[in-house]
Amino acid sequence: MSGVVHKPLPHDSAPLHVTGRAQYVDDIPTPAGTLHLAFGLSDVAHGKIRRMDLSAVRAAPGVVAVLMADDLPGDCDVAPAAHDEPLLADGEVHYLGQPVFLVVAESHLEARKAARLGRIEYEELPAILTIDDALAADSRFEGGPVIWERGGCERALAAAPRRLKGRIEIGGQEHFYLEGQAALAEPMDDGGMRVHSSTQHPTEIQHKVAHALGMAMAMVRVEVRRMGGGFGGKESQGNALAVACAVAARLTGRACKMRYDRDDDMIITGKRHDFRIEYEVGFDDGGRLLAVDFVQYARCGWSQDLSLPVADRAMLHADNAYYLPAARIESHRLRTNTQSATAFRGFGGPQGILGIERVMDHVAHELGLDPFEVRQKNFYASGGSISAKMKAPQRTPYGQPVEDSVIRELVGELAERARYRERREAVAAWNAGHEVLKRGIALTPVKFGISFTLTHLNQAGALVHVYQDGSIHLNHGGTEMGQGLFQKVAQVAADRFGVALERVRITATDTGKVPNTSATAASSGSDLNGMAVKAACDEIRGRMGEFLKGYYQAGTVVFADDCVHVGGEVLAFEEAVRICYENRISLSATGFYRTPDISWDRARGEGRPFYYFAYGAAVSEVVLDRLTGENRILRVDILHDAGASLNPALDIGQVEGGFVQGAGWLTTEELVWDSRGRLMTHAPSTYKIPACGDRPRIFNVDLFENENRSETIYRSKAVGEPPLMLGISAFLALSDAIRACGEGYPALDAPATPERLMRAAARVAGGAG
Amino acid sequence: MSDGIVFLLNGETERVAGEPPTRTLLDWLRERKRLTGTKEGCNEGDCGACTVMVTGRDGVARALNACILFLPQLHGKAVRTVEGITGPSGEMHPVQQAMVEHHGSQCGFCTPGIVASLAVAQMNGERDFDRVLAGNLCRCTGYAPILRAAEAAAGAPVPEWMREDRAKLEALEAPPLAIAPRSVDELAVAYGNNPEAQLIGGATDVGLWVTKRLQDLENVVFLADVAELKEIRVRSDFIRVGAMVRVNALRELMAEHHPQLAAMLARYGSEQVRNAGTIGGNIANGSPIGDGPPALIALGAELILRMKNKRRRVALEDFFIDYGRQDLRAGEFVEWILIPRQPDRLRCYKISKRFDQDISALLGCFNIVVEDGRVASARIAFGGMAAIPKRARAVEAALVGRDWSEETIRSAKAAFAEDFSPISDMRASADYRLAAAQNLLMRYYLEDRGAAVNVLEVTP
Repeated sequence: MSGVVHKPLPHDSAPLHVTGRAQYVDDIPTPAGTLHLAFGLSDVAHGKIRRMDLSAVRAAPGVVAVLMADDLPGDCDVAPAAHDEPLLADGEVHYLGQPVFLVVAESHLEARKAARLGRIEYEELPAILTIDDALAADSRFEGGPVIWERGGCERALAAAPRRLKGRIEIGGQEHFYLEGQAALAEPMDDGGMRVHSSTQHPTEIQHKVAHALGMAMAMVRVEVRRMGGGFGGKESQGNALAVACAVAARLTGRACKMRYDRDDDMIITGKRHDFRIEYEVGFDDGGRLLAVDFVQYARCGWSQDLSLPVADRAMLHADNAYYLPAARIESHRLRTNTQSATAFRGFGGPQGILGIERVMDHVAHELGLDPFEVRQKNFYASGGSISAKMKAPQRTPYGQPVEDSVIRELVGELAERARYRERREAVAAWNAGHEVLKRGIALTPVKFGISFTLTHLNQAGALVHVYQDGSIHLNHGGTEMGQGLFQKVAQVAADRFGVALERVRITATDTGKVPNTSATAASSGSDLNGMAVKAACDEIRGRMGEFLKGYYQAGTVVFADDCVHVGGEVLAFEEAVRICYENRISLSATGFYRTPDISWDRARGEGRPFYYFAYGAAVSEVVLDRLTGENRILRVDILHDAGASLNPALDIGQVEGGFVQGAGWLTTEELVWDSRGRLMTHAPSTYKIPACGDRPRIFNVDLFENENRSETIYRSKAVGEPPLMLGISAFLALSDAIRACGEGYPALDAPATPERLMRAAARVAGGAG
Repeated sequence: MSDGIVFLLNGETERVAGEPPTRTLLDWLRERKRLTGTKEGCNEGDCGACTVMVTGRDGVARALNACILFLPQLHGKAVRTVEGITGPSGEMHPVQQAMVEHHGSQCGFCTPGIVASLAVAQMNGERDFDRVLAGNLCRCTGYAPILRAAEAAAGAPVPEWMREDRAKLEALEAPPLAIAPRSVDELAVAYGNNPEAQLIGGATDVGLWVTKRLQDLENVVFLADVAELKEIRVRSDFIRVGAMVRVNALRELMAEHHPQLAAMLARYGSEQVRNAGTIGGNIANGSPIGDGPPALIALGAELILRMKNKRRRVALEDFFIDYGRQDLRAGEFVEWILIPRQPDRLRCYKISKRFDQDISALLGCFNIVVEDGRVASARIAFGGMAAIPKRARAVEAALVGRDWSEETIRSAKAAFAEDFSPISDMRASADYRLAAAQNLLMRYYLEDRGAAVNVLEVTP
């Protein structure tokens, strides 16, 4: 149907979601005799296993088998990159919560109960828990720090009229996908394995299961219909469950299912990396930045997981939306005896961006300026209209020309809509008249690079069948975790064939249909899979058109209005399909896409890692009680660039949800480990994601009218990750409220819990804290 | 065993047999009935993905967490899951329709619980959605579209099938269960003779012993059917509250007498927890961070404790002896809470990382009477500041008889360290707790003087 793209259609599964019919892994009816798995976990952060007494585990009701590392069939590695994560600890444990043994039982509850009965003796070794511990012990990945420099930073700093230094501690974040990790493996008659997994990366599950069982990848089929949230937490963290299920299924000949109890999930799996960022900045009296030197310390946890590209992306976003004439970025990837930090929406970008936003805020305070003014002085120059070529685009610290910037226009429009200046004055007036309750306001931008920085991942495949009744079977390598990818891609397919969306049947991601897929990550889902599906549809459409032209001796064939217009003939789509079928025209095709124009030299920190940038900005206003640190987000206005949106309703959903998740990261969501390395916040009772009442009282979200300069699917832009960083505005609005409590700079660390806020308020007022 | 349990499930009569008494409704629904619409998100009553609608014999529909709801608690009641909120021919409830139209679901995993909470609200004409949804976490949407859906569905007529439970309940025969006494006398005898039994009220705490500590509780007595313990009597000199009065009922009661206590109770747990949890349970479990006791101590509440036919009266502040130790003898239970009637001077300040549905880092409850510019009396109690809910006697002493002035407040600050040496934990540090407690006294003073001190009252 013409116009099905760009329409605000509901999520394709919405009717299933609201009626409870949508199935997640744990809802799939299991074969009779299905067994259930649970891990026994380490209760020390670092140690050698001296002795394991699992007799009570084996004797527990319902237990069918108990496996230790030595019992595993082969190399059961579950790491996504470095081959450094054995499924079960092999002689040594590296964090508190590491799986040490595997219980296979008749029920989920029996498995959980038995898993607690293990008696393990350790020879405890010194545990490296914090960034300081790791620095002291020089415990790190990659030998030494990665350093990128551009523009002679040291000289520029020395020459700058003004300089300042600072530091910010940035806490991690638990994904808290509502559906915990889960997998189900069924042995096939030929020794193969069929796996249902709640994963963003079916191909990796396939690869890991095949490797563990010593089989060819072709023997393993992985299916994913949907996840109950992912946010990056299901990019690599599902490997352990799927491999455990496959191993146990092979051993017992029965289907095996594993799902983590919430506490286990939080104790076992990785989270967003916490960071420390130190900065030294040189600037002029007007607030123009001349040079910035960042040192980023990332706490990576016990294994490498995806930490290297995460830390890279933090470096790649150290500029955010600002032109830095000279910059030096030093990145330390620290190895600690804690959960292995992993992908989380933004993938290092949020931490990098918070670093430079902190610099802007600090510089403004130093100069007594409105931080918004300082930001505006430093924005990248505009890309101008799509057709206009820029003379000499400004370059990022890694050398990529910024040709598509709309940040000045976008921020200008937002400031107007949100009446920023007027409200800034109102905030000042309020603060002059109130001792206890202080208001704060902040406008922060986002520029986010779109593409996997590992260039070869920027590819996707699709498989499209048109059946003889005119219905269309759609499949591609992307996974659905709530973001609405399937619906967006279905809109693309319907548009290519000019048919009603109802003809398009969305199907589960299946490694048996589309091979060698990349994770649905890096916001790339609709960019990559939309293009692959378009290619497949266009292939079939081309064959049909070619044939019908000849058949009807017509000059043109147009697919529109649920019909095929062949010269003067108008055929219902199914009629056209039937004719093609009867004339032996192939109605099935694969599609493939690879992102053009990208190249990246990671070692040198040079190149064009991103196909394009997505932009956005938010204004947040808060109120803070300086006596306790309690606060509320009063109002948020957002303008976000989704290019020519494929589906504005779904995209606005990503923006609203991303903002709240980002604000949660920087306010209420605090991860606390004790001195032994035990995570103390391992359930929603102690780890606090935003609740309904935490959403902004007034929440105005709009999409910025724009078209992608780059040739993406219908000129849309990726929208999964960028809005998360809009939450930084809430954090800096709190910082602004604290500025109203005294003369000092708040130097707020994240998350800004009531405790940190009260201390900061006391500190700027000149008291202790 | 739980034989004899009868309840309505999505309009049909269910008879449960052969299940342990602590089988949770959630596990039973998902594993026995294959009704998988109701989800497990946390298994501890904090995320709301398992929310179901339960209509009691009082005909009132409530949202409850199925993950910490034991089957015997449902005896004689009606349960509706998301499958039964959908109409018999698959037609959508107005809440479901609105959730689709307003893009209220993304990953969809929290959605059945949200639908259940909103369907209950829609039935009861409740429109304070922040309160209704405080116990339904959503990680995808940022809640804005869910609120839009809630508003849109609020005015729609309640569907026919949702009204049926009330009538069917009247016809449902549910003979008493051996493990659930129906009168307080019966309970007194049963528990007196079996003091090792675990009493279960709303199971918002005991539920976690089962789902998280994985305890097998076999010797249990359910209090849900003891009608007298749910009574509230308002007399001229005191209010008598039964131990099984739900937190939500106490909140409604207090809206009239001590509105600030009611406002604090609106942040106690979540709607689902307030619909299950009882004030007697909140007291009897002796938690140092329960939100009920400090407020009730500040009001001078007393307990009536009962063992068989003997009753004794204990000041609430004396009931808490030490961490995990209460003045409660074997076979004795909390029967009544007596709250003296008094002019309302109570303010309750709950401090937590998250505003709603969070355990207090500290809770300060102040009841200070000022006469002729002087402090005539003061009852101040805190939660989260000691191993028990505790009265701040040194602070009170530093106030009583003094001028009601900022200077008095400042001079009373030092007394906090005499009363309290709080601990550091994942909720807050000891230093913060002490400093914030001192500041809360200042907040009380400033609020009394008419200053703006409440972030909730600030409008955008």
